[in-house]
Amino acid sequence: MENMINLTIDGVQVSVPAGSTVLEAARAANIHIPTLCYLKDVNQIGACRVCVVDVGARALQAACVYPVAEGMVVKTNTPAVRQARKTVVELLLSIHDRKCLSCPRNNNCELQDLCRDLGIEDDNRFAGGVNHYDIDDASPCVVRDNNKCVLCRRCVAACHNQQNVGVIGAVRRGFNTAIESPWGFKLAQTGCVNCGQCIVACPVGALREKDSIKPVEALLNSPKHVVVQPAPAVRAALGEEFGLPMGTSVTGKMVAALRRLGFDKVFDTDFGADLTILEEGTELVQRITNKGVLPMITSCSPGWIKYCETYNPDFLPNLSSCKSPHEMLGAVIKTYYAEKAGIDPKDIAVVSVMPCTAKKFESKRPELSNDGMQDVDEVITTRELARMIRAAGIDFANLPDEDFDSLLGESTGAGVIFGATGGVMEAALRFAYEAVTGKELEKVEFHEVRGLKGVKEAEIDLNGTKLNVAVAHGTGNAQQLLDSVRNGEKQYQFIEVMCCPGGCVTGGGQPIVKSDVRMSVNVSAERAKALYGEDEGKALRKSQDNEELKVLYKEYLGEPGSHKAHHLLHTTYVARDKYENIK
Amino acid sequence: MPDNKEKFEQLNQVIEELRDQPGALMPVMQRAQNIFGCVSLDVQKAIAEGLGVTLSEVYGVATFYSQFKLKPAGKYVISVCLGTACYVKGSQKVLDRLSEELKIPVGDTTDDGLFTLQATRCLGACGLAPVMTVNDEVYGRLVPDDVPGILAKYKE
Repeated sequence: MENMINLTIDGVQVSVPAGSTVLEAARAANIHIPTLCYLKDVNQIGACRVCVVDVGARALQAACVYPVAEGMVVKTNTPAVRQARKTVVELLLSIHDRKCLSCPRNNNCELQDLCRDLGIEDDNRFAGGVNHYDIDDASPCVVRDNNKCVLCRRCVAACHNQQNVGVIGAVRRGFNTAIESPWGFKLAQTGCVNCGQCIVACPVGALREKDSIKPVEALLNSPKHVVVQPAPAVRAALGEEFGLPMGTSVTGKMVAALRRLGFDKVFDTDFGADLTILEEGTELVQRITNKGVLPMITSCSPGWIKYCETYNPDFLPNLSSCKSPHEMLGAVIKTYYAEKAGIDPKDIAVVSVMPCTAKKFESKRPELSNDGMQDVDEVITTRELARMIRAAGIDFANLPDEDFDSLLGESTGAGVIFGATGGVMEAALRFAYEAVTGKELEKVEFHEVRGLKGVKEAEIDLNGTKLNVAVAHGTGNAQQLLDSVRNGEKQYQFIEVMCCPGGCVTGGGQPIVKSDVRMSVNVSAERAKALYGEDEGKALRKSQDNEELKVLYKEYLGEPGSHKAHHLLHTTYVARDKYENIK
Repeated sequence: MPDNKEKFEQLNQVIEELRDQPGALMPVMQRAQNIFGCVSLDVQKAIAEGLGVTLSEVYGVATFYSQFKLKPAGKYVISVCLGTACYVKGSQKVLDRLSEELKIPVGDTTDDGLFTLQATRCLGACGLAPVMTVNDEVYGRLVPDDVPGILAKYKE
C-alpha cells in the first residue's frame, strides 16, 4: 500500500501518493492549474511561475515542483494567485513576437491558451525593450525563431535529458538570456541529430520543422510524375489534426487526401517496411550464420543513425546496412516502377510523408542515391501534410476510404507496426522465425518487445535457437543500452533503436500535443494502439507473405540480399565528429 | 596548438583531480581560466570532454557569469570607471565612444587582440573624473574626443 497524503485544494479533499506535486494532486481532483514550462516526464523545473498557488507559505509556490504534505491547504484561485499568473504572462508578452496570425502554432499555442484563460486584457502592458534575434533556418530539419521563445526550457530538457544530445542550452543571463547552441553556432553546425523532439516539446512557435511544402507544391505543379508514400506512423496521428480522437487510424482517408492533393501514385512506405524486413532479416540470419558483427542494430531511424555516427562511431559496423523503408521504396520506385510504368526515372519525383524531421536530412544524404538521383526527393512531416490538406480545402474527416495503388501499395501487419517502438523487432522476428526454422509461425505477436519501457529485453526461442534481443527508444535510453553492450555487461544478437521516445508514432514531425493533454494521456501508447489494431485486422501479418513483394523479388531483385538488392537497398555510414562543423 | 600543449596537460590534471566532485564544472572552469587567461572554445571543448558534460552546458555557465572570459584579454586592457563621480562627469559617453571606435561591445576584445574594453567600479581617482586606465596608465578629465588620440598611441 502506497503512503497516501491527504490535503485540501480549493476546499476539495484529495488523497495522493507521497511525493506527488501539488499540480499532480490538483489534476487528480480535476482542478486545473495553468502551466507553461511544465511538460510531464520531460521538464519539471518551476521556472515560469505560471502555475503558482497559495500553499499558506509566505510566498506563492510553483505547483509543478511543490511537494504535497499532510494537511496542506492549497488555494489555486485567489485574487493574488490570479494576478501573479497574469503578470508573468504579461511580462512574457512584452518580449514576445506577437505575430500570431502567421505563426505555425496559431490556434495550437499554449501561450495563446494562457492569455485566453487568464483573461489578459492588454498584451502590451509592459511595453519596453525587446531583443531581436535572427531566425536560424540553416538546418534542413529544425527552424528556431527566438523572437517567439518563452525561455521555458522544454526543448533544452528534451534535447539533454531525453535524447542525450544537448546541443542547445540557455546562454547569457537576465534580459539577454536565450536558448541557443554554444558559441552562437547554428543548429546545423552542431551534433544535432534532427529528431525534432524540441519542436514537439515547444509550447509556442519558437521551433518548427523546415518547410518542404513549397518544393512539394512546385513538384505537383510541374510536368513530373510525382509519387507519394506515407510512413506507418502518419496514419496513426494525422486524424488528430482534423479533430478525430487520438488513436484513430486514418489510412483510407489519408490515401484519399493524397490523391486529391494531386499525387500521381500513392504507394505505401509499409511496403518499404516489408521489404526492409526481408533484407534486414536476411542480413541478421547471415551475420549469425557467418559469425559477422553482432549485435546487429536496426537502421530505420535517421535520427538514431546520425546519433550513432556522431556519438558512438565505434558501433557503425553493428548498424544494419539496410536503407530505411522509405529510401528503399524510393529506390524501387525509380527503377522497378519506372521500368514497369515506362517512365524515365528522371521524370519521377518521390515525396515521403514522415512522422519525422530527421528524414529531411536523410533524404539529402549523398549515400542514398542511385545514378545521380536521390532515392527520395522531398520529405514532408505529418504536420505539413495536414497543412496542405487544410489549404486545399479538403474535408478530411468526411473523406471516403481509398486503397493504395497496386504494385508497391500492399503491406502486411508487420510493416504497419514499424511505427511503434519494438515494431521493427517484432516484424523481424516474424520473419526470422520462419527463415531460421523453416516452420510456419503460429502466434505472430511478440508482446515482450511491445510497450514503453525505455529498454526492453527478450530471449526469443526460434525452435531451439536462442535469440537475445533488445529494444530502445529515445537516444538517451539507446546510449545506456550501447554502454551496457560496450562494457560487456550485456550480450545481444539483435537490437532495435528508435531515435524518438515511443518510436515514430511520437516522432518530431507528428501533430503536437499540448502539455495538459500529455499530463493525462499517454500519447505514444494511444497512437501505437492504432497501429497494433491495424496489424490485427490484416489478413497477412508477416512481411514474407506480401504478394506484391514476392513479385518484386521474382521479377526484379532476385532474392533478399542479392547483388541487385544490395546495390539498390543497402547503404553505408560515416563517422562524424560532434564538433566537425565548429571552427 | 603545440605552444599550448603544456597548458592543456595542466588542464587535464585539474579535470582528473576534480572530476568526481559534485559540481566540478565551475571550479574546473575557474582553474582553466587561471591557466589560459580565458575559457576559449578549445578550452571549453576539453572541459566538456573531460567532465562528460555537453559543450552547451559549459558555454551556458561561461556566459552566465561575467567573471569568465571567452577570449584572452587584449594586449591593452582599457578600464573605464563607472563609479558615481566618474559617471556623473560623463564616463558613460567616454565608454560609448571607445566601444564605437574599437567596434566592440563592452567586455569584448578586438579581433587583432590589441584592446580589451571593460567597465570598472571606482578606481579611487575621483578628483580626476572621468577616469580610465590603459593597463597601468591613468587618463583623467576625459571627454569623448580624447579617445581617438589615446587609442592611436597604442596602435603603432
